[in-house]
Amino acid sequence: MAEGKIVRLRIKRQSGPQAAPQWEDFNVAYRPGMNVIVALMDIAAQPRNAEGQPTTSVSYEANCLEEVCGACAMVINGRPRQACSALIDRLEQPITIEPLSRFPVVRDLVVNRQRLFNDLKRVKAWIPIDGSYDLGPGPRESAADQETAYPLSRCISCGNCLEVCPQYNDKTGFVGAAVLSQVRLFNLHPTGKLHAGERLDALSGPGGHQECGFAQNCVNICPKDIPLTDSISAVGRQLIVHAVRQALGS
Amino acid sequence: MNPKIIIVGGGLAGLAAALKAAEQGAQVELFSLVPVKRSHSVCAQGGINAAKNLKGEGDSAWKHFDDTIYGGDFLANQGLVKRMCEAAPAIIDLLDRMGVQFNRTPEGLLDFRRFGGTLYHRTAFAGATTGQQLLYALDEQVRRLEAEGKIRKFEHWEFLSAVLDEQGRCHGICAQDLHGMQVRTFPADAVIIATGGVGAIFGKSTNSIVCTGSAQSALYQQGAWYANGEFIQVHPTAIPGEDKLRLMSESARGEGGRVWVYKDGKPWYFLEEWYPKYGNLVPRDVATRAIHKVVFELGLGIDGQPAVFLDVTHLDPHVLDAKLGGILEIYEKFVGDDPHKVPMKVFPGMHYTMGGLWVDNERQMTNLPGLFAAGECEYQYHGANRLGANSLVSCIFGGFLAGPAALEYARNNRTDAGSHIFDQELRRQQAINDRLYAAAGEENPFTIWRELGRLMTEHCTVVRHNDKLRLADRQIEDLLGRYQRIRLSDTTRWTNQTFFFTRQLYNMLQLARVMVQGALARDESRGAHYKPEFPERNDERWLKTTLAQWDEAAAAPRLSYQDVDTSQIPLRARKY
Repeated sequence: MAEGKIVRLRIKRQSGPQAAPQWEDFNVAYRPGMNVIVALMDIAAQPRNAEGQPTTSVSYEANCLEEVCGACAMVINGRPRQACSALIDRLEQPITIEPLSRFPVVRDLVVNRQRLFNDLKRVKAWIPIDGSYDLGPGPRESAADQETAYPLSRCISCGNCLEVCPQYNDKTGFVGAAVLSQVRLFNLHPTGKLHAGERLDALSGPGGHQECGFAQNCVNICPKDIPLTDSISAVGRQLIVHAVRQALGS
Repeated sequence: MNPKIIIVGGGLAGLAAALKAAEQGAQVELFSLVPVKRSHSVCAQGGINAAKNLKGEGDSAWKHFDDTIYGGDFLANQGLVKRMCEAAPAIIDLLDRMGVQFNRTPEGLLDFRRFGGTLYHRTAFAGATTGQQLLYALDEQVRRLEAEGKIRKFEHWEFLSAVLDEQGRCHGICAQDLHGMQVRTFPADAVIIATGGVGAIFGKSTNSIVCTGSAQSALYQQGAWYANGEFIQVHPTAIPGEDKLRLMSESARGEGGRVWVYKDGKPWYFLEEWYPKYGNLVPRDVATRAIHKVVFELGLGIDGQPAVFLDVTHLDPHVLDAKLGGILEIYEKFVGDDPHKVPMKVFPGMHYTMGGLWVDNERQMTNLPGLFAAGECEYQYHGANRLGANSLVSCIFGGFLAGPAALEYARNNRTDAGSHIFDQELRRQQAINDRLYAAAGEENPFTIWRELGRLMTEHCTVVRHNDKLRLADRQIEDLLGRYQRIRLSDTTRWTNQTFFFTRQLYNMLQLARVMVQGALARDESRGAHYKPEFPERNDERWLKTTLAQWDEAAAAPRLSYQDVDTSQIPLRARKY
């Protein structure tokens, strides 16, 4: 083991939603295989900054630590990503860590991503089943269709795609790539398709598909490699057909 | 007004209960530490069991039932297990209707694969992220009901305790906002606990950070019985890490993956040699003990390290991507090697608790009237060892049972509690918080936690010795003593994670003693509980459910035992 090797971190801290942000530097002991979460856990155990002054532990969200729950999104060396899969060995030091900037800060690296979940509600991102009682099997699906839909269903609602989207802000009210991709997912499903119109209606007004400037940053940042731009294009085509149908009154 | 049901926990069991209860007319309030979509159920990988018999193998609910009871070494009560296995095929159908992207056969039907402890293809799966896909389906349905005003979510809230009357009947909960940190009580006609696993008690495990067992422990200290706490599943194949042990699903072996080490310079497939019938798909306790033996007794770990190979390099890369993509991606991201090309290095890791809050054999109610439990936090369904892919089905079945049962209870027992019991509980919890803030000792909660994790992993997982268990219990008592001299590094009153962690730590320490003392008392080997001093199962003496009750005066568990329902499948020796 590399004795005495140090990991240097610069963390943007904020004690509360109204407080001014401040940078604080930390040094933690290096171990092979460690990730940013391990460094944050070390700070929590012995909260001292790089000057050796006692400080408070850095608040952050994390849960599964295997990049499937979506909790630990933060901006690391300028790039939004999941902290659990951010391995120290592959990061330039000092490692800068900031909260996602498109959501209100609660404390330090904890942000409030409720808007993302509200938007899933707004576009009715679900299959409207009749009830949870036994109605027999679901619709048959080809293996090929499953292989198209499954990657879309792996969205972990981390918000990284929104962080890099120039259009995701309070002014546009844009729902963003993650939510558009969910609309595509549910509109693909044999039962979900029956209600595609409702989801498309929700995307027709302000904050809907039209806000997308097609910067394509989202697809490059997605930790789950979801084909987000394909989804945006697919939903765009559906919206055109939907609008034409509505204009024709059918 | 419709009856009000509070559900604590938004994983599969909590969401399943919320869905059924809301659908049947309850007003549901759903509490969770994290946005429910981020619950630990997302980590389940390999699949969900149901005897749909779509492979022409003659599988049946009875065979699923028999495999589950046998796999659990006859410690599970048979009534609910049988009902679960019978209900499982319809649960899969429902999930399918909700849009879960299960893998498909050429005919467009659900595909099934093999898992541990069975000879049948009984496991439906969505890639290797089945738990995530199932959780999302229920999350979406709950969001739909939330939009209809039938469910209200309280996310980022910590459960502190139940509000009980003098008779021990539950009338609501006391909880604390993780951000604003205000403590509040919430009345309800019935409460369902669905707070999952206990991994943090073992320091590092395959569990998520929120799986501390704190809620179960708080309830145990309020008089809820805790059953079979000593039965802890150690999964044979996990990737050791600094922060956690990352699971490598049993499905890797279900799809043909092989476990081996070098012996005399050649690969030795020890599971296949020792267990020719089940091969790499023996139940987890058996595989874990075999790996321990190979590494610690035979000294054949890879490069002398505690690790064995889990090898999928011989399998078709397209099949790997379509059926195991999710876990291979985890290995590649966190270890840096491509498992398509090089065998993975794995080692057993603490994974699951078979034990949990005691619930009755009919409707998931604890011994405290009005308090129900479902999912990993309760003890039914898995006996002394859980079979792979049975957890998802038990979570959903348990939730589906608990939701309507709690609603029926609530309809017949509307809460009439006076405000004094709420005031009293609120004051009790605030006093605990005040003491914690004021604590001016020298002990660091994280140091105590790491020591607890080390003790539990060393003495209360794969191999258990009475002298070491006795020592561990004394050392946990010492840790409890040190806890009294704790100091918080952060005493601010806003989103103070150190505060919450330290609060949970006390509950972890108390629940750890339940596990250790249960293991110490049980002088036999059964399922995941293995004592070299008592290598055989002893039905005459130990075909019993362990019940731990909190002894207020001694501030320690008091153990008693209850008969197991074995009315349908007669006992037989467990030999794979």
